[in-house]
Amino acid sequence: MSGHVHRDDLGSRLGMWLFLVTEMVLLGGLFIGYSYMRHRYPAEFHHGGGELNATLGIINTIVLLTSSLTVVLAIVAVQRAEKKRAMAFLWTTLGLGCTFLVIKGFEWSAKFHHGLYPNAPHLATLPPGEQVFFGLYFTMTGLHGLHVIVGLSVLAVLLYWVATDRIRQDRYIHLENGGLYWHLVDVIWIFLLPLFYLAA
Amino acid sequence: MSDHSGHTAEHPVAHPGYGTFIGIWLLLLLLTAGLVSLSHLGQTAAVWGLLILTPLKAGLVFYYFMHLKYEGPLFKIVLLVTLGTLLIFFALLFSDVAFR
Repeated sequence: MSGHVHRDDLGSRLGMWLFLVTEMVLLGGLFIGYSYMRHRYPAEFHHGGGELNATLGIINTIVLLTSSLTVVLAIVAVQRAEKKRAMAFLWTTLGLGCTFLVIKGFEWSAKFHHGLYPNAPHLATLPPGEQVFFGLYFTMTGLHGLHVIVGLSVLAVLLYWVATDRIRQDRYIHLENGGLYWHLVDVIWIFLLPLFYLAA
Repeated sequence: MSDHSGHTAEHPVAHPGYGTFIGIWLLLLLLTAGLVSLSHLGQTAAVWGLLILTPLKAGLVFYYFMHLKYEGPLFKIVLLVTLGTLLIFFALLFSDVAFR
């Protein structure tokens, strides 16, 4: 065995971006579907948006934007060999991500209490346009929530790797790629806020 | 050459500091406040806010937080081709809807 180490950080980042664009196409399809349905049922979407808690949506936007900031600051800290600071930023990101999920949990449970959940008897009594609105709401915010859970799991592993020096000043491509994923989760939410919570 | 460390070999530029990203974050919060304010001004203002401020916010995250500003043209092309493809699908769908 020689000490020959092959590294291609540029290729690694390109691979991550290629994965991210497949995610954008997946979510993009749903956004296009949303546009058509909103065009078809404008009044029902307006009314459906009024049923959502805009304040919680805005708070969650601030939470996710801040978590995006702390991830990118963790990368800066690693680049500067400030390990403790990098770990603090990653812990903050994990905390903010969990906060997002808790708020989302409260929001969804309130909807469930009002008989608004997929295949609910009450939902079936609403006009077709509102059924479509809530169908898209649960599908898109649910898929986004799944991405938040995956992102948090990845970030937890990255935090462990920073703690054990597997990620360090001269080798932090995994943190960059994990950060890219988390930022995409943020970008998706940036679009979900006006489409659902501010629709009314 | 087997050690392509990316930023060092191909991007000799200095890494941006904490201040740059905190500035972008403040701008993102400001744009969010603008978006929410516009949504209270009526349907037309809300739609314009959605069409202008939302892509602007996403663009800032892509360009700064996701480091696209510091990448080569290939990364930008990959993203633009993807967004262009989605736009074509969007246009095709609505051109169909318009003539029904």
